[in-house]
Formats: sequence, structure tokens, C-alpha cells
Amino acid sequence: MNAKKLLIEPLRKTNPVTVLVLGICSCLAVTAKLKPALVMGASVTVVTAFSNLIISLLRKGIPSRIRIIVQLVVVATLVILIDQFLKAFAYDVSKQLSVYVGLIITNCIIMGRLEAFALSHGPGESFLDGLGNGLGYSLILVIVAFFRELLGSGTLLGYPIFPQSFYEAGYQNNGLMILPPMALIVVGIIIWIQRSRHPEMQENNQK
Amino acid sequence: MTRPTNRYGFGKAFRDFFIASKEEQNGVKGRIGGLRHYIDKLKPSFSEGGRFPWLHSTFEAFETFAFSPNRVTAKGCHVRDAIDLKRAMIMVVVALMPALLFGMWNIGYQTSLHAADWPFQLGTSASWWYCLWFGFLRMLPLLAVSYLVGLTIEFAFAQIRHHQVNEGFLVTGFIIPMIVPVTTPLWQLALAVAFAVIIGKEVFGGTGMNFLNPALVARAFLFFAYPTRMSGDQVWIAADRWGTDAITSATPLAELAAGTSPTASVLDLLIGTIPGSTCETSVIAIALGAILLLVTGIASWRIMLSVVLGGGLMGLLFNAIGANAYMQLPFYYHYLMGGFLFGAVFMATDPVTAAQTNIGKWIYGFLIGLFAVLLRVVNPAYPEGMMLSILLMNCFAPLIDHCVVARNIKRRQKRAIVKQKATTR
Repeated sequence: MNAKKLLIEPLRKTNPVTVLVLGICSCLAVTAKLKPALVMGASVTVVTAFSNLIISLLRKGIPSRIRIIVQLVVVATLVILIDQFLKAFAYDVSKQLSVYVGLIITNCIIMGRLEAFALSHGPGESFLDGLGNGLGYSLILVIVAFFRELLGSGTLLGYPIFPQSFYEAGYQNNGLMILPPMALIVVGIIIWIQRSRHPEMQENNQK
Repeated sequence: MTRPTNRYGFGKAFRDFFIASKEEQNGVKGRIGGLRHYIDKLKPSFSEGGRFPWLHSTFEAFETFAFSPNRVTAKGCHVRDAIDLKRAMIMVVVALMPALLFGMWNIGYQTSLHAADWPFQLGTSASWWYCLWFGFLRMLPLLAVSYLVGLTIEFAFAQIRHHQVNEGFLVTGFIIPMIVPVTTPLWQLALAVAFAVIIGKEVFGGTGMNFLNPALVARAFLFFAYPTRMSGDQVWIAADRWGTDAITSATPLAELAAGTSPTASVLDLLIGTIPGSTCETSVIAIALGAILLLVTGIASWRIMLSVVLGGGLMGLLFNAIGANAYMQLPFYYHYLMGGFLFGAVFMATDPVTAAQTNIGKWIYGFLIGLFAVLLRVVNPAYPEGMMLSILLMNCFAPLIDHCVVARNIKRRQKRAIVKQKATTR
């Protein structure tokens, strides 16, 4: 498999969120604002890429019966590193993300890639695959957070987008966008658009 | 085609224009009504190979609006009835009329009580008519926006998916403006209607496939997206024309949620001269609609009755507990206030989203009434529990049906086994 394909495919046709429907929980939790979504996406990308790399390097030495524990140890180590890094250098975002940084350990995408890819591929390929899947996850997170922050709070990265005259003319921010159900609906709409653009992704519907 | 020029009265002309005779339906050349003739002439352009095949479902929608379709199902047995989906929906719209008319009058009436310079002396018949006219002018844009947005989306989806245009939206589009405050901005209403039709209905496959009542989805959207526009005490009176932006006037439910007792008397609540969402206030007007729906058999009496029973029982239970003033409120107040009866008559009975089995309907309705009163009394964040309660039970209706059907199968299986044992012995 070539490197470009490994990196690009998870952004599109094997996207972990919209196609495999993994990592939905954090997608609901951290996408009310764009900034936490960006940080979360970056954190998950780093963890996926490096855990894939490390597990791939160790794959020949891990006994199959305890592989999940080994994987968890590696992932947990990386997550704690990320958590400490965020606390040191981006304290306010780290506070916003609260438990969700720690919960990266339970993100299905990471374990999924370790099991499905890293255990059977070389370190270089595994690293790219982890990077690609992390970026695919981040892409959806950023799209969802973009619309939720724009329509829900009228800001992007904290900067107001709509001029004051809009609000004076009667425009109101959409409070529903702030609530978690809307994240699910936005993800649903993205899946809808993606599937209608790629007919090969639709199951055969008997007609 | 010869037509006797004498004895050709209006009635006959009307019949010729609108109703095709039997021979015409079978394709035998006969006298063809003007409209029928016109539609038949247009038909080829909208069929496969015509000039506008992509407008086929739009064409069909208008054709079946005027005439009942002359195609019959080829396979399987089916029951022919004079009433089809379109006629049933129109019947619901007719049943909504008393509530709408009263609601329009009430918009004017509530405004007249608070407006500083109401042009007529209160209590005169001129003022009475002006109330109706004022309410009509306020209601018209809401209705127009609701229908325009909703039908545009429905027609667009029907074209894209090569469906027929379904009639469900006739009622949905009519109900949405009736259950929101009259001061709802039009753009918010348009957004809510679009959301309800697309996310509440079309993603599931359109009319008949949705599991949530689309009109309530629209209301829920507005309720959560723009809470300041949907509740509180500044949205119920259309006073902006009279120079003041916001005249405060709380609904009885809001008064109760704030911990005071309702100022309106039982008679006021019964007639409906209280602030509230446009068409939900009058018990009498809703009862008229309910009678029509029950007589024509369009809405399920089981659901209506069980909603009322469930609400009443919960009210009585709270009376028995009596821990605070709201709980001590006589149980029948719950029927009179807010959207309880409107929901019970027009929204819980939606044939698509309600339970389908008879036992299921009892359970479904009962729990709607129960939860509505429970939410009202226990959760002060939501003064009106009817919307959330119906949406909640909409979600559970398929499960209720599944359990009822499974239980029935089990029971009959048992009976069959007993019988088998008896015969083999």
C-alpha cells in the first residue's frame, strides 16, 4: 500500500467517524466550540499515530492473549503525556476538555486501528495509518464544531462573526446548536451528504 | 361532442368540470369535464419522455388534489374507501378550524386588553370584529411561511426521490403556526419548519415513515433553539404594532411554575380568553374539533380518552400528595391550561407516530397524559410538559406495539398447544 493512500483514505471513504461510526461520544462532547475540537483532534491524532507506531514495533513480541493490556498501557502512557502537556501549555483548553482528554484511552478509533492495522503491518505503514485516521477524526470534529460554534454562539475560535447590527435586526443564536443532540444531527447530515455523493457506499436497498 | 345549450345549469357545469364520468375513467370517449380535459392534455408533458418528467410528482399532486386517481392496485386485496389520505387530512384541517378562528380572535382580544390606543371601545361588536381581523392579519404570515417552506421542501424531495407528493404536510403546516406564540419571528418559524420536515420526516423516508410528530419537532426546535422567544411572559401578546415591544402577560402555566396561583377563572380557561400559544387556549373550540374527528372516525378515541385519564390520574395523585401549592391544584385544571387538550386531540392521535395496536393505544395515551402532568408539576424548567411528553411517547410507540404483538402471539401459541394436546390425547 502506498503512503498517500494510507494517509488520505481515512479522510474520505474509510473515515472513522462517518463511515465506521467510531468515536462518536467525544464528537458530541467537545464540539460545542471550535478551539477544544481542534485541540482534541490534534491530541487524538498524536495518540493514534504513536500508539500505532509503538504497537507495530512491539507486535512480534506481544503474546496474543495479553495484547489488549499491552495496548492499553501504551495508549494510557501517551494520553497521560498529552494530558500533562496540555495542562502545562494550554491550561484553559485543558480545563474545557476536562475528562475527555483522559477518555481518549477509551476512544474506539485507537483500539480499532491497533487491532485492525498495527498488529499486522510494519511501523512505517502503521504510523501513517494512525495519522490518517486521527486526521479523519479531526476533520469531522472541526466541521461539526465549526457549524455548532458559528450558529450556536455566533463566534469562531471565540471571535464574534456576526456584526452587532445582525442581532439588532432580530437575529438570534441558535441555542439548540449548543446542546449535544445537535452534534449527532450534524454528524448525521455529514454522513447523509457523503453517502449520497458516493452511491457505492450505500447498502443495496431493495426497491 | 354536442351539448344541449338549454338545461345546462350551474350544477351540471360544475359536475362536468370536476367529475369525470365512469366511461371517461375507463378511457371511453365521452363528455369530458373542462378541468379533466385540461389535465389530460397536460399529462404527456409530465410523463416519461415528456418535456418536464422531473415535475411528474408535482403534476400528480395537483391532479389527485382535484380528482381521485383512476388507477387501481393490481395485486393483492385492498379495501376501497371514499376517504383516502388526502381527504382524511383535509378533515383534520376542518376540525382545526374552530380552534384557529378562536385563536385568531384571542390574539386580538389579548392585545386589546393591553394596547394603549386600541381603536375601538372594548366590549363593542366593532371591537369584537376588529379582534378577529387583527388576529387574522397576524396569523396569515405565519401560516403562509409555514406552508411555503414546508411544501417547497416536500415537493423538492418528492421530485428528487421520484415519490408522490404526500399530503401529510397539509396538517403539519397548519398546526405549526397554531402551537407557537404569535410573536414568533417568521425566519425562526421558517427554520423550524425546514428542520421538522427534513430532519423530522424526510430523512426517515417521508410521510408515514417518521417516528416523531413533525409539528412537535418544529415546536421543540424553537423551544430549545430560541427559548426566549418561546416561553416567558413577553411573547404571548402581539403588541409590537402598538408602540411597545413587550407587554408582559404570563400564561396560567407560567404563573404556576413561578409559584403563584393562576389568575384566570375556570370559565376563562374553558372559553380560552387567556394568553398562550395561538390556538391551544380554548377548550370549547378544541372540543368541537374533537367531536368532528371522533364522529368521522379519523382520530382514535382510545388515545384521546386514555390521555385524559392518564393526566387526570396523575393530577389526583398529586392532589393526594399535596406537598406544595401546585400539587394541591385541582386536577381538572391540567385539562384547561396550556396545550394539554390540543395535544391530546390533534397531536397524540397522529396515526403515523402513535401506537397502532388497540392495547398499545391505551398504554401510549395513558403515559402521555401521565408524563405531561408530571413534567408540569415536578420540573419547573418546563412549564408545559405536553410537547415533551408526546415526543417521548412517540419514541416508545413502536416498542409498545412490539410488546403487545409479541404478547398476543405468545398467548395464541399457548392456546394452540393446549388444543393440540387435547386432540392428541
